[in-house]
Amino acid sequence: MVTDKPDKIEDGVSPIAFYLDRGLGVPTYLQFVHQVDYALRLGFLRAGDQLPRIKDVTRSLAVNPDTVMKAYRELELRGIAAGRPGVGTFITQAPAVVGLKQMAALQKKLTTWLAEAAENGVDELGMKALFTAALRDFSGGGAASRLPGRAGARREGGAA
Amino acid sequence: MNVIQTDGLGQRYRQTWALRDCRLTVPAGHVAALVGHNGAGKTTLLRILAGVVTPTAGTATVLGYTPGSQQARDAVSAVDQTVPLYRHLRVRDQVAAARELNDQWDTDLAVQRLSSLNLMTSGKVGKLSGGQQAQLALTLALARRPRLLLLDEPLASLDPLARQEVLGWLMTCVAEDGLSVVFSSHVITELERVATYLVVLSQGQVQVAATVDSLLDSHLALTGPAADAGQLAGQVPVITAQRTGRQAQVLARTDTAPPGWAARPVTMEELVLGYLREPAARVLPPLEAAR
Repeated sequence: MVTDKPDKIEDGVSPIAFYLDRGLGVPTYLQFVHQVDYALRLGFLRAGDQLPRIKDVTRSLAVNPDTVMKAYRELELRGIAAGRPGVGTFITQAPAVVGLKQMAALQKKLTTWLAEAAENGVDELGMKALFTAALRDFSGGGAASRLPGRAGARREGGAA
Repeated sequence: MNVIQTDGLGQRYRQTWALRDCRLTVPAGHVAALVGHNGAGKTTLLRILAGVVTPTAGTATVLGYTPGSQQARDAVSAVDQTVPLYRHLRVRDQVAAARELNDQWDTDLAVQRLSSLNLMTSGKVGKLSGGQQAQLALTLALARRPRLLLLDEPLASLDPLARQEVLGWLMTCVAEDGLSVVFSSHVITELERVATYLVVLSQGQVQVAATVDSLLDSHLALTGPAADAGQLAGQVPVITAQRTGRQAQVLARTDTAPPGWAARPVTMEELVLGYLREPAARVLPPLEAAR
């Protein structure tokens, strides 16, 4: 049960809004899941916050309500959100976010790697390809990519 | 319950079969996209379902009723490219006429919607732009509170912003009233976010009929050496293969990548285009049983 929060936003209004990236080739529901995830990491969403109401998303982005429900089910499966019948879907628990210091250290390591790649004549596109390939291998490869939700979760875990 | 069920459905215009031996099932609660080449039979099918045309062969039901019957007319709304309006009437009178003609009528919905579009005027229907007429027809169709809405490219005349707005409104009706929708469209990019069921018609026959999720889960886009593309068909069901020099891009109906091939999930667009390119390939209801 969520009690009053000091910075409570108007009832029924979510602090975030979804958008669609058509160029990505990522399923729409997964885009929403990722957007919630990023919003949590960046602090735009906190425990107790309401997610955009299905009918609002449906109307503003012209997406099928099933797509939004699927995204919310996925978030529930990940233990991030929970539905309250007749009210909406709320953030229950922000995922354990890696500390800023740790993030900075990891980024530094990555920068070292990037510099090494550049020295070897690998350009930006090549780096992306290498990183994506390594990430895919890391998260289980081929078969795992058939389960975008779970593979995505693991991928994000790996990246952090 | 199935909102649409047809068996052996056929429609002949003189010597040509526009629709032939068409067996189709669309379960309730879906937004079903009807896709196909020009002349594939989309409009004919929608006309039969709307009860406008009597089929030459076979049977069809909508919501369990015979198309054109009183029960079917009460529960089904249809809007097609021709936009069924009285062009000489004033908009207000057209709305009043629609209210009189229908037992079930949601005045609030009609008035609110038309007011927000600035269409609730005393101007003649015929003087409205094509897009405005489409908006009016769609509003009247939904004010009847149908359980099934049949749309034959009615959004084609709308500008991109209006199109997005109308689709959003339609999706809200789907969310709130459990409306089922069958719509024909050539705009494939829209399908992925709007449709939950896909029907591909090809040469008057049903080529694909399955939920979007089951289709996306059962197909992979494979990339591999062109030299191996020939053998691939022996390992997995290949829908289409495109060879460019040494590389081959393959759409296959499988959930595991064969060795030596890189796999990624398919998009709706790739899936639809793949099947349109290969009219002989079929995905019919047995796949559905898995759902």
